Amino acid sequence: MAERSFRRQRGRLVGLGFLSPFFVPFVLFYIGPVVYAAVQSTEVTQRVGGIFGTEVTRFGGVTQYAAVLTSGDFWSSLSRVVLLAAVQVPVMGAVALLLALLLDSPRVKLGRFFRLAYFLPFAVPGVVAAIMWGTLLDPNTSPIYQAGLHVDFLGGSLVLPSIGNVASWTFAGSNAIIFLAALKAVPPQLFEAARIDGAGDLRIAWSIKIPLVRPTIIFTGILNMIGVLQLITEPMIFRTITSEVTSGYTPNMLAYNAASTNQYQYAAAVSVTLAVITFAASFGFLRLLQRRSEG
Amino acid sequence: MIVCVILAVFAGYFLLPLWWLGVTATKRQGDFATTNGFWFSGFHLVENLRALFGYGDGIFARWLLNSAIYAGVGALAATVLSSMTGYYLAKFSFRGRSFLFSIVLGSVMVPSTVLALPLFLVFSKAHLVDTYWAVLLPSIVSPFGVYLSRIFADSSVPTEIIEAARVDGAGEFRIFTTIAQRLMLPGLATVYLFGFVAIWNSFFLPLLMLQSQDLYPATFGLYAWKGQAQMDPHVQLLVVIGSFVATAPLMAAFLALQRYWRAGLTLGALD
Repeated sequence: MAERSFRRQRGRLVGLGFLSPFFVPFVLFYIGPVVYAAVQSTEVTQRVGGIFGTEVTRFGGVTQYAAVLTSGDFWSSLSRVVLLAAVQVPVMGAVALLLALLLDSPRVKLGRFFRLAYFLPFAVPGVVAAIMWGTLLDPNTSPIYQAGLHVDFLGGSLVLPSIGNVASWTFAGSNAIIFLAALKAVPPQLFEAARIDGAGDLRIAWSIKIPLVRPTIIFTGILNMIGVLQLITEPMIFRTITSEVTSGYTPNMLAYNAASTNQYQYAAAVSVTLAVITFAASFGFLRLLQRRSEG
Repeated sequence: MIVCVILAVFAGYFLLPLWWLGVTATKRQGDFATTNGFWFSGFHLVENLRALFGYGDGIFARWLLNSAIYAGVGALAATVLSSMTGYYLAKFSFRGRSFLFSIVLGSVMVPSTVLALPLFLVFSKAHLVDTYWAVLLPSIVSPFGVYLSRIFADSSVPTEIIEAARVDGAGEFRIFTTIAQRLMLPGLATVYLFGFVAIWNSFFLPLLMLQSQDLYPATFGLYAWKGQAQMDPHVQLLVVIGSFVATAPLMAAFLALQRYWRAGLTLGALD
């Protein structure tokens, strides 16, 4: 009896030894900040006794959230990333899927070269990718502009698609490689049976291959959507080139901007709202797809 | 035939900007915006590198060193911590195991501002802002690394070996360091590679945490230079050359370590 409880005690110590090196910093640097942001977003800071009075922080309920949700800046920044997510994520997913299906066909030569070429942008830092594309698209420095294509890709309504292009350029290839890996995991007998029944390449791709890699497509799609909703690096770089990108262009930029003027509670409310929207969008998207596949 | 044409067009889309970057890094300041961007005009790479590393008392070399420290040390610590937790989650059953694992996975969805903004406030109270620790400490936590490590431990460490070692009287930590970690080594190389790239490329954390130029990582330094480039066209070319220099080591690593990132991507795709 004593022996057993001693062993259980020791088992607990072992578990603590293995888990705490990760979970202690995880709680400190991940969970802690989230909780702190949630608490902060319910507070307000006021000056008591005129301009030179002391600052007092107190519980303010939903005051900050009301300020966020009634702010035109917040909605316009949110609508930009939502629009981008609604267009860029499916387009990039479709392109990546097309490339994966093409690479999967046995007649392709140089498959190894293409896989490497497609993957290489993934190794490029986001800052560098944005600097590169920014310079390539800025009419003052663009070789494309000088070659005679007089389109200002960083002006007016073209800025947002240009930002989407940077994200697509960085991740389309690695998504294609992920899809390709999923396709390779499908047993080839499945296609051979269909081929004997007279199905062509297109038919096999549409009716067999795509449904089989569907979970992978959905999973990467959700990760891409999360990335776009949190966009900050690319627009921050573009902001140094074009005035079209405002300081609150995306929700994350808005939060950063509020924080840099010491409006921490408002910044926290923006961040938490964005987190809630991200969660809701991810789960909503999953539920929608599940229901459709059942129905 | 048409298949190869489509594949080649996309290869062009992915490679041409990088080709442009490499070509432009060899050009003179005056030729930068006036000659064909996709072809060479003279070869001045060495002069340009000298200009890059000479500018502002050689600050760029310092930035590269900082990047190497943040990414090298941070990814190493992240890999060690992830491997312990991933192994334990894979090989030991205990109450709350799946709960812990879903929290780790769910944390991928949290926006960077939710983490970094409050972290900045906490760190400024602890006087950690504007130090190496401000970037290093948060970098050692890698939920994706735990996820990968758990899969690698599941697939590469047979439970029979662990049990045999226990019968021989080895303690759990000894089994982990002498047997399990070695068996997981190829997988851990993948965790390290992905961690290294994530830290090397990080932007938001340095943006919030660092004020002194001396502490900047290379990519963040480039952002700071890009901000000045509008006023000073000389810096414009330095930004391009610096981008080339900051990217080349990562691309070389990816070309050399293909086996590992492919394993990581394949597993990342599984749900």
